[in-house]
Formats: sequence, C-alpha cells, structure tokens
Amino acid sequence: MTSSALPAPLTGRVTALHELRARAPLFLAILFATTIAASLGNLLFPEDSLFHVSTYTITLLGKYLCYALLAMSVDVVWGYCGILSLGHGAFFTLGGYALGMYLMRQIGDRGVYGNPELPDFMVFLDWQELPWYWAGFDQFWIAALMVLLVPGLLAFVFGYLAFRSRVVGVYLSIMTQAMTYALMLGFFRNELGFGGNNGLTDFKDLLGYNLQADTTRVGLMFASAVALGLAYVISQWMMGSKLGRVIIAIRDDEARARFIGFRTENYKIWLFVYSALLAAIAGALYVPQVGIINPGEFSPVNSIEMVVWVAVGGRGTLYGAIIGAILVNYAKTRFTAIWPEAWLFALGALFVGVTVFLPQGIVGLFKNRLAGRAT
Amino acid sequence: MDGGSDAAQTDKLRLCPKATDVDPTGPMKRVRTTQTVLSLAQRCLSGLLLLVVMVAASWADATGVVALREASQALAGASLRQVPVIVEHIEAAGKESALPLFEAMLAGNLYYQRADNRIVITRQTEGGDYAIRDAVTGESLGVVAKKSIRKVKVNNRLRSQLRATIARLTLFSANVSWRKSAATNLLNNLSADNVALLQEARAVESDAGVAELIDTALALHTLKTSTDRKIRLRALEVLDGSLQPTVRNQLLNLTEVDAQGQYREADAVVRTRAARFLARIDGKIKFFGFLETLFFGLSLGSVLLLIAIGLAITFGVMGVINMAHGELMMLGAYTTYVVQLLLPNHLEYSLLIAVPAAFLVSGSVGILIERSVIRFLHGRPLETLLATFGISLILQQTVRSVFSPLNRQVATPEWMSGSLEINSIFSLTYNRLYIFLFALLLFCALQLVLNHTSLGLNVRAVSQNRDMARAIGIRTDWVDALTFGLGSGIAGIAGVALSQLTNVGPNLGQAYIIDSFMVVVFGGVGNLWGTLVGGLSLGVANKFLEPTTGAVLAKILVLVFIVLFIQKRPRGLFPQQGRAAE
Repeated sequence: MTSSALPAPLTGRVTALHELRARAPLFLAILFATTIAASLGNLLFPEDSLFHVSTYTITLLGKYLCYALLAMSVDVVWGYCGILSLGHGAFFTLGGYALGMYLMRQIGDRGVYGNPELPDFMVFLDWQELPWYWAGFDQFWIAALMVLLVPGLLAFVFGYLAFRSRVVGVYLSIMTQAMTYALMLGFFRNELGFGGNNGLTDFKDLLGYNLQADTTRVGLMFASAVALGLAYVISQWMMGSKLGRVIIAIRDDEARARFIGFRTENYKIWLFVYSALLAAIAGALYVPQVGIINPGEFSPVNSIEMVVWVAVGGRGTLYGAIIGAILVNYAKTRFTAIWPEAWLFALGALFVGVTVFLPQGIVGLFKNRLAGRAT
Repeated sequence: MDGGSDAAQTDKLRLCPKATDVDPTGPMKRVRTTQTVLSLAQRCLSGLLLLVVMVAASWADATGVVALREASQALAGASLRQVPVIVEHIEAAGKESALPLFEAMLAGNLYYQRADNRIVITRQTEGGDYAIRDAVTGESLGVVAKKSIRKVKVNNRLRSQLRATIARLTLFSANVSWRKSAATNLLNNLSADNVALLQEARAVESDAGVAELIDTALALHTLKTSTDRKIRLRALEVLDGSLQPTVRNQLLNLTEVDAQGQYREADAVVRTRAARFLARIDGKIKFFGFLETLFFGLSLGSVLLLIAIGLAITFGVMGVINMAHGELMMLGAYTTYVVQLLLPNHLEYSLLIAVPAAFLVSGSVGILIERSVIRFLHGRPLETLLATFGISLILQQTVRSVFSPLNRQVATPEWMSGSLEINSIFSLTYNRLYIFLFALLLFCALQLVLNHTSLGLNVRAVSQNRDMARAIGIRTDWVDALTFGLGSGIAGIAGVALSQLTNVGPNLGQAYIIDSFMVVVFGGVGNLWGTLVGGLSLGVANKFLEPTTGAVLAKILVLVFIVLFIQKRPRGLFPQQGRAAE
C-alpha cells in the first residue's frame, strides 16, 4: 500500500535525538505555557476578573488534551505504519472503564442506596456481591494497572491474530470496527456488570480529592498535559529512531520490508499495543474530567471521528494529530452550541474535503507553503 | 395481520368490560362463566377480524341491508325477554352480515340512538364520548355524548345465545377460512353446547382441513367425557399427530401425576398410549421449531445478502469499501415512503414502483458520489473509506433535515401481510418469504449481468487486472462509475425490502451495515457466491445461537468467529483471483 501523499521517510543523517531536539521544545513550551496560564487564571483571579478562566473552560481544555493524546495514538499506527484502525475508541473506553470502576468503588456508601460495597446499579439489579472482576478496584494502583493491562492485552491479542495472518488494508479497518462494535454490544448488557446502558457515573472523588473542586479539575488538566507531553516526547523519539524507520518502511512497502528481513508483523503488533496504551491512558484521564463513561463511547462512529482529527491535522506528524484533535473538537463544541444540525454536515464535509483536497492535513498545507517560499 | 388491524384489534379488546364490571354481585361461578364468555368473545374478535373486514364489503348488499335493518330495529327499547326472539329474527334476516352486530352486542358495545332508534356500534373515545357507526352498514356516524345513546341490554343467558349464534353463523358460513377460524375457536373452548353444534357442522362439512379440526375437537371431547376405554382409545387415535396446542395440553394432562402422586388418568392403557402420542407430537414440535429457526435465519441471511451484495460488487471491482452504503439503502427505504405518499390509492403496486425508483435514486446518488469524490481518491482505499463515511454523515443529516429525525410509516401491501400457515404451530410470514425469494432473484439477476453481458465482462476484466483492461481499451473510469452506480442501486433496492421489515428512519443504514461488512469479509469478493454463502450462513448461525445465548451474545460470537476465521482465510471463503489480490 504505497501512497505518495504520505510524508516521506526520514532521509540523510538525522538522528532520533536530532529530530526530537528540533521539534519537542517548541511543542512542550506551547503546551505548558497554555496549561499553566489557564490554571493560574482559574485559581488566582476572582470570577469577575478579566483574566479569570472558568472551571468549565479548564475541564474543556483537559478534555481536548485527552482527545489530543487519543489522536496521537491513532496517528502512531495510521500515519506512521499505515494501519487504519477504526476501533481505537475501544482502547480509550476500556481505559476509561478501568478508572471508572475505581471511581465507582470510591463512592462507597455515598450512593443513592448507601451500600458500602456495591455500586448503585448493582444494588438496583439486586446483585448480592461484587463480581470477581471488580475485586481490587478499590485500590488505585490496581485500577491504574488495569487501565494499561486490559486494553494492552486486547490490542496484543487482536494484533497477534490480525497481523500474523496478514490482514491488511480495508479488511483490517473493518475488523477493528467490528471489534469495537462487539464491545459496545457487550457493554450495553446489564449482565456484564458494568452498568449497562448508563455506564459508570456519579463519581465523587479521586485519591481523596473531590472531583468537583477547582483544584482537582486543574490538577486533572495538568495531568493530561503532562501525559500528552510525555507521550509526545516518547513517540517522537521512537519514530525518529531506527525502530521508527522500520515502521515507516512497513507503511510504504510492507512486502519489501519483510524481504529485507524484518519481522514486520512483530513490529506492527507492538506498535499497535503501544498505541492502544496511549489511547487507554487518554481514556483514563478523560473519565474523571467528564464524570461519566458509558458504552456509547465504543460506538464505531466515535472511532472514525478520531481518525478524521488526525486527517485534518496531518497524519505522520505527531503535532499535526494534536492540532487536528483540538481544532475539530473546538469546532464541534462551538457548532453544537450554536447550530447543532449543521455539525454533521460540517463533519461530513470535513471528511470528504480533507481526504480529497488536503491529504496531508493542515500541517501539510503550511509545509507546502513554506517549501514554496523557500525555493 | 398488519399493524393497522392489530391496533384496531387492541382497541376492541380494551373496550370489553371486565367480567366483574358486568355482574359485580353474581356468584363466583357466574363470574367465571362470564370470563370464559368474554375470553371466547375476545378470541372470536381476534379470530374473526378478517371476517369483519370482509363483512364490511358485503354490507353493500342492498336487499340484505333492508331486511337486517328492519329486524334489528326491534332491538331498540326491547325488554330483555323479547330480545332472544329478535336475535333469531336478525340471524334469519342478516345471516353473516349480522355478525358485526352480534359481536358488538356480545362485547356490550351495541347501543341505539335516542333520537331515531338507530342501532349503532360504539367505541369509547379518549375524551369519554362515543364514536358510533351504523350497526347495519358500518357507516361512521361521528362522535356523540353518552346521554344521546342507550345501551341494548344483554344478560348472561343472552350472551350464551349470542355466542352460539356467532359460532353457528361462522361454522356454517360459505367461507372456508371463516369456518376454519370458528372451528379453531371452538376447539379451544369446548363445551357441551359447542359439541352438538360441531357434530351438526361435521355432517355437512366439505373441506378436509375444517373437518379434521372438528374431528379433533370432537375426539377431545370424547376423551374427556367418555368412560368406555374402546371409545377413548379410538378418540386418541384421531388425536395422533395433531399439532393443536389444546391437544398437547390434554395429552400432557393424561400422563401427569397430581399433587397426591396419583395419575390423573386412572386407565393405564389410555395413559401409555397418550404418552406415546405425546412424544410423537413433541418430536414434531421440535422439528417444526427447527424449521422455524431455519426460516428466520434464512430471512436474516437474505437481508444481509441484499445489503452485502452491492458492497461486494464495489469492493471487488474497485477495492473500495463504501461506508455510505447503509445510507444509500436508507435512501431506497425513503423512496418507498415517498412513492406511497405520492400514490396513496395504489398501495398494492407501491412496492413494484418503488423497486425501480429506489434503484434509480440510489444508483444516481452513487454515480454522483463516484464522479465527485471517489475517482479523485483512486488507489487510496483507506481514504475512500473515510470520505464515504463523511458522505454517509451528510446523507443522514440531509434526510433528518428533509423528512424529520422521526421514523416514517411505510405501509405493507395486502399481499405481503399475513402469513402462509403450514400447520397450527408453523407459519411463514409473507413479507419475509417474499424478501427471501426476492433476494435470491436479485442474486441470479446479478449473476446473469456479471457473467453474460458486456458490462459484466468489463467489470470482471477491471476487477482482475485494471491496467491490462485499460490497455485493451476498456474505459475503466466508466466501468468504475457504472459499477458504483450498480452497487448503490442495489443498496436502494435492499432499502425497499428493509422498509417492509423495520422502521424507516435516518439511522436505518447503521443497523445492518457492520453485519454486512462481516458478510463481505467472510464471503470474500472473488465472486458473488461468497456473498450468498456468507450472508445466509451468518444469518442462520445468528438465529441458531440466539435461543441459547441471547441476541447480543450471538452477534458477538459471530464477530469473534469471523476474526478467528480470517486467520485461516484472510481473504474470505471465495478469495479474489488475479493481480488485484495483492
């Protein structure tokens, strides 16, 4: 599957460190300048001040950062390795559920039914005891481990099955979509023990901090920024290294990479797992900020939307994915507030427009401008 | 029975007063009889619904109308003592056309207008007023207040007379299906009176099916009442192989033990014989249950086939998965809706018009999509997937804006409603049956197009080796456009079929689309046989898993199975041959 529209592989004697040094500082500076400014605006300035940043904005910003991390995880596999996953929502949501379960246990006897052991929905369903797979979720470290372990394992199993039998291209995309669809159907069932239709919600606190408090909100947004920054640095370094070059080689011509002697399926499997982990972390950071996780997040449409964030920003560049996620979601927030009917038109047009006219996204547009000026 | 008459039926049932309302002071026994009477009335109502509709047509018969009106007029203000004779007169004058009147009388819905003593059938409206129609002609007379009408009084004795009258009228009617439903009703509500009536009817019955029903009913009665072993055994023989639920219950009763550990049936010979027949009936029930599941599976499979076949064609030729396929199907369903809206008086033909119309609408939208978007994305299947997904969002929102986000009502023509009754426990609904046949027909037609036309030759050439096809002079871009149009048009036709099975709304396309992707992945796109086998087998597998696992888990299991299956055959059951294959 060669595609001339994709960014070219690295050439010349550019080392991974080089690449990282060239890109990361600017990105990190912008990221942390924004988040720190917003935090200070929220915490230091009174509500009537010009510089005050509302808690709503903070939460929104935190949400966008989670989306950005998610978009980056899609970009890692799609932009760099040509694996179009239409099921990354599954990893995101599983990560979210894992942390959501911890948050559910933290409610304790403050729920509507006041049962110290069982979450409200289980009392409602007349369950007598916690299912075995809920055991240990009252410990944060176990929940945090599960955030990584469950989606990682799913990605490994799925990737192992798919990549080893050389399922590629459209087939793979359809299978990933089926995966998240199956999970959605499953999680809608009450019997599964994850709250069915309503999912997990009504959270009270995280590690003892009240989730409604401004400081907690700021903290969560900050945590999202740190996660995004770290993921960016690690991914950028990875993609600049020799490993990254193999991955790009697989994207451009898998058969040739295999003939040269690389076990391409192994590279793909582990890249897929890495990407799933990023998505899961994004999900885990997302849930406490929005306060709910339900099976609707598994819906295939969500997963496709993630892909369009990356496409808009420009795939194959990590900062492109981030820019795309933030831009599209900002547009969504504005559109759905002002003129809800138009949003689907706009999103649809975005899908078509970007794929036809802007194969390299916004980043590509600017790159071409710059290149044009230079010559 | 279609949705409309179902609603009418529940309406009627709701209006039946509860047993205790009728006779609050009566002894328990009487209440129970009233209940049976009412339950019979309800059964008759539901069973004879078709009959009532047909009677409405025969109401036009002018001479009958005059006689019936004269006879029924006497009901107005008549004392309870006079009514039985009047009922006999009405029966003589009106015959079958008096049935709606008797039904209404039995249900307590027969009134007369104070002003002109006209006999009317009432239906209570939500506001507490009464919607009335003429009891003789069925003509609607508007809504009136309760005080302007008076009830025709009925007591329990009269009810049993009415019941018998209705049974007699239907059981001796000239119409076989009326007789059949009457016999079935009586079979389920056996009493001494009915038995006499049945014996009378049996003597003159000419239809074998109805005669068998009556024989079964009589045999059941004999088995219950007789004490002579020989006669009872003979009655049992008659019951052998009958699939009526009542017969099974009766046999079950014969073989069971009661609370004291005693057999309900003292006669051991009868008991063992009954047990043997029971086992045979259960075997039959199991067999027909299997057939029913198979039918449902094939029906689901044919729907999947209809949807997936268009996808498979475009995927096979262009290597493109059209994510807007579901929405093109939705357009087809909406075309059906619009056709019915434009031709409200030709419901019977609406589907015949909708099929080509939907093909043209969806097909031209498909060609438009191909010409305006997809051809610019040639050779980039993943981008095509995203772009067509964008188009699907736009189409969905367009339909939402134009038609409203709510579901639209698409009517089912008469010839597609109802079901083909094989026996009392197994019947095939006509809509599913026709859709199954239609899917097969479409499959054959497509096979012919692909294998025996020049378009088909070009399509196959392009799908096998695009460059070589172009080199020998095939206009590949036209083939692409036509193929995409063909696939989309078939999606439109699938939409027409789906409009007969599910709700027509903006989300129609989403419901089946992932399943149909699975069909394409499972079947492969080498030729259309893959889609046929894939669609039908996934449908059947789903329906056979459902009873043990539940619908959702069945779907998940099928998905997991496909993931595992493509380990062995990454390109499906019938993989594509030639250069395009990789």
